[in-house]
Amino acid sequence: MFNLYNRRRIVNAIGLLVSILAMSFGLFWLCWILWTLFAHGLPSLTLDVFSQMTPPPGSAGGLLNAIWGSLMMTVLGTMIGTPIGILAGTYLAEFGQRGWMAPITRFINDVLLSAPSIVIGLFVYEIYVVHVKHFSGWAGALALAILVIPIVIRTTENMLRLVPSTLREAAAALGAPQWKVINFVTLRAARAGIITGVLLAVARISGETAPLLFTALNNQFWSNDMNNPMANLPVVIFQFAMSPYEDWQNLAWAGALLITLSVLTLNILARVLFRQSATSH
Amino acid sequence: MLIFSLEARLKRQAAFDLLFRNLTRISAFSVLLLLAAIIFSLVVGSLPAINKFGFGFLTSMEWDPVNDNFGALVPIIGTLVTSSIALLIAIPVSFGIALFLTELSPRILRRPLGIAIELLAGIPSIIYGMWGLFVFAPLFADHVEPWLNKNVGDMPYIGGFFIGPPMGIGVLTASIILSIMVIPFISSVMRDVFDVVPTLLKESAYGLGATTWEVMWKVVLPYTKVGVAGGIMLGLGRALGETMAVTFVIGNAHELSKSLLMPGNSISSALANEFTEAVGELYTSSLIELGLILFFITFVVLSIARYMLYKLGKREGQAS
Repeated sequence: MFNLYNRRRIVNAIGLLVSILAMSFGLFWLCWILWTLFAHGLPSLTLDVFSQMTPPPGSAGGLLNAIWGSLMMTVLGTMIGTPIGILAGTYLAEFGQRGWMAPITRFINDVLLSAPSIVIGLFVYEIYVVHVKHFSGWAGALALAILVIPIVIRTTENMLRLVPSTLREAAAALGAPQWKVINFVTLRAARAGIITGVLLAVARISGETAPLLFTALNNQFWSNDMNNPMANLPVVIFQFAMSPYEDWQNLAWAGALLITLSVLTLNILARVLFRQSATSH
Repeated sequence: MLIFSLEARLKRQAAFDLLFRNLTRISAFSVLLLLAAIIFSLVVGSLPAINKFGFGFLTSMEWDPVNDNFGALVPIIGTLVTSSIALLIAIPVSFGIALFLTELSPRILRRPLGIAIELLAGIPSIIYGMWGLFVFAPLFADHVEPWLNKNVGDMPYIGGFFIGPPMGIGVLTASIILSIMVIPFISSVMRDVFDVVPTLLKESAYGLGATTWEVMWKVVLPYTKVGVAGGIMLGLGRALGETMAVTFVIGNAHELSKSLLMPGNSISSALANEFTEAVGELYTSSLIELGLILFFITFVVLSIARYMLYKLGKREGQAS
């Protein structure tokens, strides 16, 4: 009797201890990675990083063209992907009650949500880069847009489902046609949630490297031309970090810190925004 | 006259309705189209390699760009091995984290700690790669690998896996970094499905005198096992396709060795390293076929994951 109780108590204590250790294990890596980033990145994060182009090895320079290229492609990718995602998410939530299409689309979308991004890069290479015969900023933006779509669809659908149907019925009872009900009532009610989804999508694509390797490639110079290879932070970081030159590696650390900070800020912003909208309801 | 114009307006609204509905339907359809296009273009791109090597591509260990002779076995095994080891580490840790967040954590800490773990998922994979190459690998080479060589290398059966030069980069390093990357995915799914368990069920178990551990192990886990398995498969899908982190630390050697300390290769890192430099149709198309294989594997794994999570969701619907 005593033995059984003791054994259960000990098993419980060990289990809980291991759980606490697992939690600290997770936090430990987060802190370590962030600490390294700051330790290596901050000293290299000078004004030059924001005002100079990527240098050849051995000379001073910055990341301006890479930052600019990343911004251009991220913004364009988001602008292409978001409308399609919101419309498709609307279909799944508002029109998809009957028929075979909505369940299948939902399933495929959930699979695409975590499909390897390098395959998306290959796909854009095959359908675009091969045909125009050169790497380009457009191809990069297209690859990023394909990554944005599933995330936006997922959150749009989820958020629209949270809108109470009494709201829809009230609008319909006032005589509003369905497109008005959806555009001016339900989508508006779900706005904060959908913006959260878009922010999360932006956070996801701004750190993506793999799909850009075969699409936008890289460019050592300033470029506004989306039809040419375009510099971007992730690929520059990849190239510089893998190089044997120390000044390149330092720039890579600065870029890494920059990307991580913006991604984490976007993540936290999205959560804060969503929480505010959730409590105000 | 008035009635007439009203009718016209109604008609116009109906037309708008139709237009809007079809616009959303086309957008939804584009997702299906996208999948079809991905599969189609990858198949077309890899046709030269498929024609040349046939099924032998899957079982050949050759990777010889000079003589145009390619086989996918080494990267496929590399991908499977790194992902499996990553899961071996990640599953217990994720379970512990989910347990902590659902049952143990003080209420005030629950949210910030949950966010902290999710931020781990938010860090771009290239950062993991850089950190792995510059920080983790040297430490691993100096402190852990010599220890493994000395203490585990002599053991029967498993010893062979842990013997080798302490270089820092290699299959084991890649697996460990992969495991850190999938922990947040698995643990957040586990936490979500643990929250699905009716409080009544847990309270009944506590009321009968069960310990926290017993409630988790004998009530919550059996109730959610489908969802937990789904979460694990989801993590596996992530691990299989992860590119940048692995590319930095796996060493990119097209050879198979028993030791986990030796450099290897995975499908995604082979693609990231070689694709832009590949010359010749056969080389490129072999790499695209690698991508097709990767897409196929992850598609199957992720489908199973989603299916399991849907099943749990359905049961939740019935229970309430």
